[in-house]
Amino acid sequence: MDPARRRSVVDVALQEGAMVSVEAGTRARVLDRLRLGDLAFRHLTRAAAVGVLLLLTGVIISLVAGSLPAFRTFGFEFLTTERWNPVTEKFGALAPIYGTLITSFIAMAIAVPVGLMIAFFLTELCPAWLRRPIGIAIELLAGIPSIIYGIWGLFVFAPFLQETLQPFLINTLGNVPVIAPLFSGPPYGIGMLTAGLILTIMVLPFVTSISRDVFDAVPAVLKEAAYGVGCTTWEVVRYVVLPYARVGVIGGVMLGLGRALGETMAVTFVIGNAHRISASLLAPGTTISATIANEFTEAVGDLYTSALIALGLILFVITLIVLAAARYLLLRIDRRIG
Amino acid sequence: MTARYAARRRNDVIAKSLAFAATVFGLGWLVLILGVLLWKGFSGLSLAVFTQMTPPPGSSGGLLNPIVGSLFLTILAVAIGTPIGVLAGTYMAEYGRYDRLSSVVRFINDILLSAPSIVVGLFIYEVMVAPMGHFSGLAGGVALAVIVIPVVVRTTEDMLTLVPNALREAATSIGLPRSMSITRICYRAARAGMVTGVLLAVARISGETAPLLFTSLNNQFWSTNLNAPMASLPVIIFQFALSPYKDWQSLAWTGALIITLAVLALSITARSLVGSGKQS
Repeated sequence: MDPARRRSVVDVALQEGAMVSVEAGTRARVLDRLRLGDLAFRHLTRAAAVGVLLLLTGVIISLVAGSLPAFRTFGFEFLTTERWNPVTEKFGALAPIYGTLITSFIAMAIAVPVGLMIAFFLTELCPAWLRRPIGIAIELLAGIPSIIYGIWGLFVFAPFLQETLQPFLINTLGNVPVIAPLFSGPPYGIGMLTAGLILTIMVLPFVTSISRDVFDAVPAVLKEAAYGVGCTTWEVVRYVVLPYARVGVIGGVMLGLGRALGETMAVTFVIGNAHRISASLLAPGTTISATIANEFTEAVGDLYTSALIALGLILFVITLIVLAAARYLLLRIDRRIG
Repeated sequence: MTARYAARRRNDVIAKSLAFAATVFGLGWLVLILGVLLWKGFSGLSLAVFTQMTPPPGSSGGLLNPIVGSLFLTILAVAIGTPIGVLAGTYMAEYGRYDRLSSVVRFINDILLSAPSIVVGLFIYEVMVAPMGHFSGLAGGVALAVIVIPVVVRTTEDMLTLVPNALREAATSIGLPRSMSITRICYRAARAGMVTGVLLAVARISGETAPLLFTSLNNQFWSTNLNAPMASLPVIIFQFALSPYKDWQSLAWTGALIITLAVLALSITARSLVGSGKQS
């Protein structure tokens, strides 16, 4: 479609004189071409949209196909055994699954209350001029690539924990009955706790920014009414804002959880990559993503590769469930606001 | 009654101080991480970093080949991912705004947006690296494209939805076909936002490591061959940081600084684009 032709169509609509000069045959041809181009563009965009759909389908199919050998060999036992022996080709996914869940749990247990408190500060206490800078700073924290967290965790954070927090935990909580096994053993520096804390820092911005957005969406009338009957700021947040924003906050927490579960590089640096389930949080462990990142390129033999892909499939299914639940909850919020 | 009032006041003060402490805690990490990064990164920064190849262990060198490799992979990913993302976003906003396909794609896209990136690496390994029989820069670029697509789809759709319908009606009234009213009018109106989407996508992939580990792998030497393994900054950082050699570790920090500065520059540019778009 060259510019001259295109102009003629517009001319047709604007100037009557042009109609005379353009022959009817040419006009029909041009219009035909435009109609065809229109149809082609429509189908092109539709194909791209379907392509996005196929992308996810492709991911699922390729993961299932790749993990079949492992599941066929080990069956359901793959999910319930701890052994991971590349030499004898005996694989079980329990240790990585355990590590993934525990590190994510530590991350959420700290990031959710802290994130909510930051959102509380940003929406209720913070002077207006300071809100934007703090908001941007928190979002910058979310934008830092995970490998940066990894290298920082390995060289700065892990040695720091080894010298301060971990000996402290061993000496205090390590003597409390019941939870003592969680904090036993030598302070390695790297390990499950360190990975969980790094994840905390990474998930915090997500929880904060979504909580802030849903806190902001609480109608001012509700808060004013609560202040009107004499509530303190904390009581307004605790009994009015939080219940109102509950669904949205849970959605944000699930999104953060999805990120924590799938996070690879930051965890790989500090987890220690040990295929065992230790009672102690201070001991090295492994997660699904760290196992894949560490071992995939070195995996020899189809069964080994397949076992790693099966781990990927398990991770994908877990995050899929969490993310779908999060989207569903946030969608419900959108509908209520909209 | 006064005791109860005092208790409520006390709880309020405690909660407020906790909120303040939490904010300081959250921002403290940013200061700590950036501080260490700037300190360690700048101390290794020199001209050699940009002009020399990655060194063998125990000698000094630069990061030229991973920097160029990262640029290659990023350009490839944007070249593949942007058209697909823009077209899919266009369908969802212009043609099928309310149809079934769009709402399904929207949901799927949101899931792809936050799917673990290492799974994307596994996927590309299965469909490209394994059939081709070797690791390649091309596979790395495609893996990054899979991450670019959902970001671009999302921003394109959002931005096109913001274009007022009056513009479309005006375009139709002078006889423009639908496709042209989209490409000439709507795209132009939504341009700033769509560019922002691409910038955000670039910011996201420039630090991605996991999908590259077993697609483009790594390369110690100069290579611009897309059909061979290709070095990239994040993978080099991963390898060098975990090595026992001081020179390599220092280069890893410098590489980390370069990536972070690039990502921050991209997000600030994207932010200011959106800001200026709103004012006009």
